Amino acid sequence: MRHLLSVRDLDRAAAVGILDIAEDMAEVAGRAVPKLPTLRGRTVANLFFEDSTRTRLSFEAAAKRLSAEVITFSAKGSSVSKGESLKDTAQTIAAMGVDAIVLRHSASGAARVLAESGWIDAAVVNAGDGTHEHPTQALLDAFSIRARLHGPGSRGRDLHGVRVTIVGDILHSRVARSNVWLLSSLGARVTLVAPATLLPVGVGAWPVRVLHDLDDAVDEGPDAIMMLRVQAERMTAAYFPSEREYGRVWGLDGARFGRLPADTMVLHPGPMNRGLEISTAAADSAASLVLSQVANGVSIRMAVLYLVLAGASGTAMDGFPA
Amino acid sequence: MTHAVLQQADIQRALTRIAHEIVEANRGTSGLVLLGIPTRGVTLAERLAGILEGLEPSGPVPWGSLDTTMYRDDLARQPVRAPSPTRVPGGGLDGRTVVLVDDVLYSGRTIRAALDAISDLGRPAAVRLAVLVERGHRELPIRADFVGKNLPTHRGERINVRLRESDGEDVVELDEGALA
Repeated sequence: MRHLLSVRDLDRAAAVGILDIAEDMAEVAGRAVPKLPTLRGRTVANLFFEDSTRTRLSFEAAAKRLSAEVITFSAKGSSVSKGESLKDTAQTIAAMGVDAIVLRHSASGAARVLAESGWIDAAVVNAGDGTHEHPTQALLDAFSIRARLHGPGSRGRDLHGVRVTIVGDILHSRVARSNVWLLSSLGARVTLVAPATLLPVGVGAWPVRVLHDLDDAVDEGPDAIMMLRVQAERMTAAYFPSEREYGRVWGLDGARFGRLPADTMVLHPGPMNRGLEISTAAADSAASLVLSQVANGVSIRMAVLYLVLAGASGTAMDGFPA
Repeated sequence: MTHAVLQQADIQRALTRIAHEIVEANRGTSGLVLLGIPTRGVTLAERLAGILEGLEPSGPVPWGSLDTTMYRDDLARQPVRAPSPTRVPGGGLDGRTVVLVDDVLYSGRTIRAALDAISDLGRPAAVRLAVLVERGHRELPIRADFVGKNLPTHRGERINVRLRESDGEDVVELDEGALA
């Protein structure tokens, strides 16, 4: 696998393959020495043009556990504030000798442009591009759901028939987009629940069912419910009357959480707005996968870095895109 | 041109002899842990554990698997390989005598990787090596402690180990390849 730009480049076998490799990576975390020598001598650059805590730290931890060198760049306090372009920044970093660039950018499609423009030779991993995709987040969500369902017997399995309900700001959410495509390619049945103002125009063409009432969705008793963050920073217009109203109508409050079956998994990509889209009762419950999502994120990113960096250049593992 | 060099009964006898040698060298089975190298080494480790349990009444011998993929020195020379699970038995490796089990010993590079992997998992009292077939052509100063069959080969030849559990039959074949 040369790059990881979109989950739509992964078919079911390739996606299961990544989850399985992540299982092996997860094993490493429990060892006396939680480190592998696999990517010794390789350099990974984290290029973050947008704020991020967990994704950046997660990629950094993943690269270090595989013994790669890590260079981290954040737009704040860099020459980007002097007007340097993505191309110049990427080429400058690449000239320092990096083997992979982990890119987060506010422009949808930035990772694909960087990978396919010929500006640089390094592998590109999309760590979130605008409102387009966040592939490693979807992979870690799928991994977390699979691990909770099947435990040690997870290897080789997909998510056939698993009912996943995604709630909230679908319009601005790259997490939702990546999850819709990845989960349905893994065989899950995805339901979106959102106010009409926070659904994208083309949602009719997605492999999903859309509901406009969270109470109906809760009463269906889904296998997993994923609450999305209200992305105030991307909202340039009034999508709902007030935060209080949003929380009342679209939030997983204590009452709705109480009506869910005890084994319904609760996911949130973080950072959580407690009391807005998710209540503390739900976030800190035994059904919550929020902290395992964070732990599993490191394993998934180790698997992805392994796949893009470990093999001979120009080759791919069986079943993976070149 | 392919011909069988070990049949089912030969493999069984070789494993039984290796088991006896392990018991003799270790003075029993206490403190032993068998770690097979995927995929066929794991099958052989499981079989050896079964034979050892029959030989010594002191209880089952713990066995597991040790994946070497992430420690290989040739990762950047070929397409990415899918790793296999590493499973260390409950008691861990510290202070134990680990017997690594693999099907074929050739360049020694897999065993070098296995030794690195072990040192990340714990500190055994000793590490030994048991292989079903020793075919020569070592590239590193590594040798086996327990050998099922010494099989001098040319580099162009291939040894195919097929085991009932994974391949439906027990046989070791020598494929003479282009040399024949």
